[in-house]
Amino acid sequence: MKNITAPFDKETVRSLHAGDTVRITGTIYTARDAAHKRICEAIAAGTPLPFDLAGAVIYYVGPTPPRPGQVIGAAGPTTSGRMDAYAPTLMAEGLSGMIGKGERLPSVIEAMKAHTAVYLAATGGAGALLSHCIKQSEVIAYEDLGTEAVRRLYVEDFPATVVIDCYGENLYRTAPEKYRR
Amino acid sequence: MREISVDLIRDAVAALAVKANTVVDARVEEALKTARQREESPVGREILDQLLQNAEIARATATPICQDTGLAVVFVRVGQDVHLTGGSLEDAVNQGVAKGYTDGYLRKSVVRDPLDRINTKDNTPAIIHYEIVPGDELTITVAPKGIGSENMSRLYMLKPSQGAEGIRQAVLQTVREAGSNACPPLVIGVGVGGNFEKCALLAKRALLRPLGEPSPDPAWAAMERDLLNAVNDLGIGPQGLGGRVTALGLAIETYPTHIGGLPVAVNINCHVARHETVSL
Repeated sequence: MKNITAPFDKETVRSLHAGDTVRITGTIYTARDAAHKRICEAIAAGTPLPFDLAGAVIYYVGPTPPRPGQVIGAAGPTTSGRMDAYAPTLMAEGLSGMIGKGERLPSVIEAMKAHTAVYLAATGGAGALLSHCIKQSEVIAYEDLGTEAVRRLYVEDFPATVVIDCYGENLYRTAPEKYRR
Repeated sequence: MREISVDLIRDAVAALAVKANTVVDARVEEALKTARQREESPVGREILDQLLQNAEIARATATPICQDTGLAVVFVRVGQDVHLTGGSLEDAVNQGVAKGYTDGYLRKSVVRDPLDRINTKDNTPAIIHYEIVPGDELTITVAPKGIGSENMSRLYMLKPSQGAEGIRQAVLQTVREAGSNACPPLVIGVGVGGNFEKCALLAKRALLRPLGEPSPDPAWAAMERDLLNAVNDLGIGPQGLGGRVTALGLAIETYPTHIGGLPVAVNINCHVARHETVSL
């Protein structure tokens, strides 16, 4: 078990290997398909981005609305593959970490190797548990997107597993082999 | 003839939507505990522990089990001696979905058009399946379905010559391709027979069967056991991170089919397989 701090510096990213279980503390940002599309359009147009991408960690999540008194509702990961079309563009701008679930395209893994970024999985289906690790949540951009708006989160001891590291090692490919009969 | 007010249906749908999204079925919790014991992968065991903790937190705090509170799939079984009063049945179901998803702090995940993608903001319309049956009861099942697992579901129009082995390969191929995307451990619904749309609905209905309950037909029950073992032997494991537990259950529903066809639908669900039922 490793405790790591977000945003991720390159040294942190290089220290992580596929199969490591980690607890993340620090600031991360939420974005799904619609927000990624807008961020990529902003990069192409040279207009301001909703947050600084250098060293940033994006969590692919669309939370449920909070009940009164809650920071955020259920907040587990969504399928990362839907962001594959956009992720390399964000990594070229400095994105260092992605948290989600599910396989990534080879083009994403190549970009991770080129730009020193890491991909972690949180437990899909543990949205209520993961919401308890989120201590602050604020919508900072694209409020009209509702659940898909960009939020700045402060997380403490957020549990995740390194699935694809910056060396291209992929736990989704290697781990099932050990348990196949 | 028995009269039932559609207001009762609206309120029932709202309550079922909230319950299905916040309370993990007792059979699912039992299955997770059993799976925890037989899982060999340390990462897999940690994930199963997280899912068990998640169920407790969700129930205690009325927080949804998962942030994807789904499309509201609603099965309405209407006795033919029931007379509905006070308005349209379809409107009542949709009003119930809107009420449950709004008052219950559930996520609104429905867009009005597949291409313009503008959110309807109350999770309507529901996907409603009606059935007319003898009697004077009305039974409603609300089965919220997340898209992560729905996106990985498949339908195959096999040739009759492919037989049982074809069905087996269709299921295994679907689960392999679903991999980590569909949040394993899975619950798998398989439809065999009928035609294109009937087969898909059979697979969906298979997900409503109580987890672990075998098919009443011994031959199909044997195939369910065999396929569940084969799925677990894939080694995909919890969240696709490797392990002996890839699925908690697999149910097959069948229907007569055409002399020239063997339709097979595989509807993938995550571990919760949310569904709640009430009879009015």
